[in-house]
Amino acid sequence: MNNTETTTAPDPAPTRSGDVPVLEVDNLHVTFPGVNKAPDIKAVRGVSYRLNRGEILGIVGESGSGKSVSSLAAMGLLPEYAEVTGSVRLKGQELLGLDDQRLAKVRGKVISMVFQDPLSALTPVYTVGDQLAEAVRVHDSTVSKQQALTRAAELLALVGIPNAAQRLKAFPHEFSGGMRQRVMIAMAMANDPDVIICDEPTTALDVTIQAQVLELLKTAQRETGAAIVMITHDLGVVAGFVDRVLVMYAGRPVEMGTVDEVYYRTRMPYTMGLLGAIPRLDLEEKTPLVPIKGNPPSLAALPPGCPFAPRCPIALPQCSAGEPQLLTIGAQPSTAEIDAVGQSQAAASEPARSSTVEHRSACIRSGEIDTENWTAADIYPLPEIPADAVARLPRADRPVVLEVDDLIKHHPLLKGALFKRRVGTVYAVDGISFDIRERETLGLVGESGCGKSTTLMEILSLDRPARGKVVVLGKESGRLSRRERFKIRRDMQVVFQDPMSSLDPRMPVFEIIAEPLRTHSYPRSRLNARVRELLALVGLDPAHASRYPAEFSGGQRQRIGIARALALEPKVLVLDEPVSALDVSIQAGVVNLLEELQARLGLAYLFVAHDLSVIRHLADRVAVMYLGKIVEIGDVHSIYTEPAHPYTQALLSAIPIPDPEKERSRTHIVLEGDLPSPANPPSGCSFRTRCPKFQALPESDRRRCLSEEPAIRPLTGDDHATACHYAQKRVVV
Amino acid sequence: MSMSAERVALETSTGHEGGSDETRVPGRWSGVLSQMLRTRRVVVGLVILALMAAAAWLGPLISPWEFGERDFSSFLKPPSPEHWLGTDNTGRDIFTITMSGLQKSLIIGLLVAVITTTFAAVVGAFAGYFTGVSDRALMWITDLALVLPSFLILAILSPVLRTSGWLVFVLLLAAFGWMVTAKMIRGMTISLKEREYVHAARFMGVPAWKIIFRHIIPNMSSLLIVDATINVSSAIIAETALSYFGFGVQPPDVTLGSLIAVGARQAVTHPWTFVFCTGLLVLLVLAVNMIGDGLRDALDPQSKSRRA
Repeated sequence: MNNTETTTAPDPAPTRSGDVPVLEVDNLHVTFPGVNKAPDIKAVRGVSYRLNRGEILGIVGESGSGKSVSSLAAMGLLPEYAEVTGSVRLKGQELLGLDDQRLAKVRGKVISMVFQDPLSALTPVYTVGDQLAEAVRVHDSTVSKQQALTRAAELLALVGIPNAAQRLKAFPHEFSGGMRQRVMIAMAMANDPDVIICDEPTTALDVTIQAQVLELLKTAQRETGAAIVMITHDLGVVAGFVDRVLVMYAGRPVEMGTVDEVYYRTRMPYTMGLLGAIPRLDLEEKTPLVPIKGNPPSLAALPPGCPFAPRCPIALPQCSAGEPQLLTIGAQPSTAEIDAVGQSQAAASEPARSSTVEHRSACIRSGEIDTENWTAADIYPLPEIPADAVARLPRADRPVVLEVDDLIKHHPLLKGALFKRRVGTVYAVDGISFDIRERETLGLVGESGCGKSTTLMEILSLDRPARGKVVVLGKESGRLSRRERFKIRRDMQVVFQDPMSSLDPRMPVFEIIAEPLRTHSYPRSRLNARVRELLALVGLDPAHASRYPAEFSGGQRQRIGIARALALEPKVLVLDEPVSALDVSIQAGVVNLLEELQARLGLAYLFVAHDLSVIRHLADRVAVMYLGKIVEIGDVHSIYTEPAHPYTQALLSAIPIPDPEKERSRTHIVLEGDLPSPANPPSGCSFRTRCPKFQALPESDRRRCLSEEPAIRPLTGDDHATACHYAQKRVVV
Repeated sequence: MSMSAERVALETSTGHEGGSDETRVPGRWSGVLSQMLRTRRVVVGLVILALMAAAAWLGPLISPWEFGERDFSSFLKPPSPEHWLGTDNTGRDIFTITMSGLQKSLIIGLLVAVITTTFAAVVGAFAGYFTGVSDRALMWITDLALVLPSFLILAILSPVLRTSGWLVFVLLLAAFGWMVTAKMIRGMTISLKEREYVHAARFMGVPAWKIIFRHIIPNMSSLLIVDATINVSSAIIAETALSYFGFGVQPPDVTLGSLIAVGARQAVTHPWTFVFCTGLLVLLVLAVNMIGDGLRDALDPQSKSRRA
């Protein structure tokens, strides 16, 4: 991979789709039988698709929609107790029912897979070279070990790992996550397969690395001519990358068509909801997101009829009569027909066969949607979010609630068992400054390892920092007495990222929310009422207070976490990636809740996230962090429309936009390499090792980047500062 | 999994919605208690334990024979209407001595187990939570206690403590059983304290000792309960071993352990001297296990048997 700018425009579609289907999946069902009288889990219910040579199919859906299970079933990788029926044909050969030995001949040779988690996909005790060579040799025993290693080196070079021959001897732990994913892709390409299945290949990676990997997958597709099945929950990734999309819900395909059809002429309310729920990086105006109400149904107890009906804003009584088939638009039986025929026959009419690329949708009102040309805005009620009057006050007139000035946090690197000596320093946070005013949201963004979370922990601990100061509501944290510090804690609360681990699994919800109240001796008599009030405030049923966290879904748990943080009526709320673990349709609800709470309670947010789209939607100001330093800070408008630091530009341009046409015409700046180790940051400007601008500079100008650390300087314009010697505004979104 | 659970939650919630505003939400511990008492295993275990305690203290009273009384007309006789469980080789009534042995063993087993596990949990959790000086000091003491030959120390101390009664003996037994568990607990605490709910509690100003007792120790309860139930039987066995060498409970006093030790030698020829005391030990451990199992499920909202 070189550091040039590439466009996402795929080759013209027609040339790719020959007429020979390489993979045909027909009416695939997967059931996990329930143990101990538990109901069976019907994970996949009738998936059919055809994949032509060189074609890229995207399978989109939220967690639990059966998208991964369906492809694992095609690979024969499901546990033995899973009941798989239907047919999976790879170049005409039926795969279902083959024994493991014969499947193994196909797997990795004709069909291969890239898994989600690159950290656990490689065996830690073998070198990368041995594992790659094994992938080559296992399907062709005539290849000598030496030849296999040579081929492994070629493959590594092909996926853009520098010094491939030497890196063969490296162990997986010496590779970063992005590099390990490259090795996985190299392994998948090793035998020139006809089909590569990618199961969320970029979900665990940062955006700049995601851009690299997507670019690489395109290369792999060009090199091998393979067809790709791209499984993802990210509608942005799909938009620019695939030819056709299959949307899954509750184990069934609910809409299928070319990317443009599905994105621009959506005919299934669920897909509309998904598209409406994504915060957009490219849209300036702040309209509330459209959450889909409710939660996905349990696959063990599906409602009769359309599984989406309980959440659908345009559901009719006929929707629950029978499950609609995936039919071309207009071919759905009308409501009158359903009433006349009765549910048994309506459900049995014409089983769905996926043959051509025509646009299909599993909604009995798809014809109506088509003729009326409804969009998400027409059918989903827009949530009302009260406008915040005080926030309209000019920023300078509002009091500062949190001020961070030149904060550092260095961890010593120690060596030795008994007498530890310092061998180095990790510069986790290296001199950052910002302030947050009342009723304001500051978004702190950056890739993993840039020091965002460390910054939060430093602020929240209220200890005296090694250097610099943290001022909360006018009180400097290092100089507080014990009692003052305890009092300040009331005003600054935190919401964590992981809804699984942020609530004590052994405490009922009531106790969880009451904990801060009890700690700060809230009157006992009003405790009960306050907890109920808080639960209602975050949109949960107060009657659920005696339940345990495990009985709630991810989105609901995050709401409980927010209720706990709000219990003491804080002034500042620190949010550590509060929505990154949630599905988009649920995420939209939580984002709206946060906006509403800010307006109603006058909160100030410090919002840490790696998702720049969410930040654009929520934040008033943004600070971009790289390697422990803030490289650019300013109001949302300036940062997103004309970023000045090369890193911000790369970050913004790396994010895929859920709009196929825009995505195809966009220019992506693909950064080279990985984040340098914070224990050994580069001299001068810490970004120069990956900076596209630095590489374009003449030798004489480079010296400044090498030797002099750029300070953060305000640019022309109102509220925009950046730390680059050669800052230049540029439009990238 | 969570999805299905939640569905259940939604469905059942509609049932008692009316008037729920008035009802008090049960607290954490009362919830655990009622959950425990609803489990059949726990009730059975508690009943067995209560019956054993009743038998141990009431048995010698209703028996026609006194403790220490010998029937010189019958040595090693099988059960009969006169001697309900037979007699031993010195003519003592097996029923009477077994029951009084059970008294001591119940006290020693349960107390030692509870003290050992509690102490281990507290030391381990404090060491793991406060890294640094307190951790090093506590672990130094733990390591020291591990390397000291406990048997030797008990042997040296026993002449001094012989007169001071069983409670000191219980404490001594407990003092040498907590170290390995404490080290395990410390390791678990170090990983638990990085959980976000512990951070959240810290950032809302909950003092450290409260965090340890409220968040850390309950989240290790599965391990602690298993540890405690194992400790019950191992304490009884350890007591036997010590008694055998002449420390701890001395004749004419008996415990289940000493009875088993004597009975084991003639288990084949005169089974009644062995079967009853051994059976009672098995029953005791079984009852404790049942209670422990139920307690673990009651404390763990995610356990499977709780949902079923």
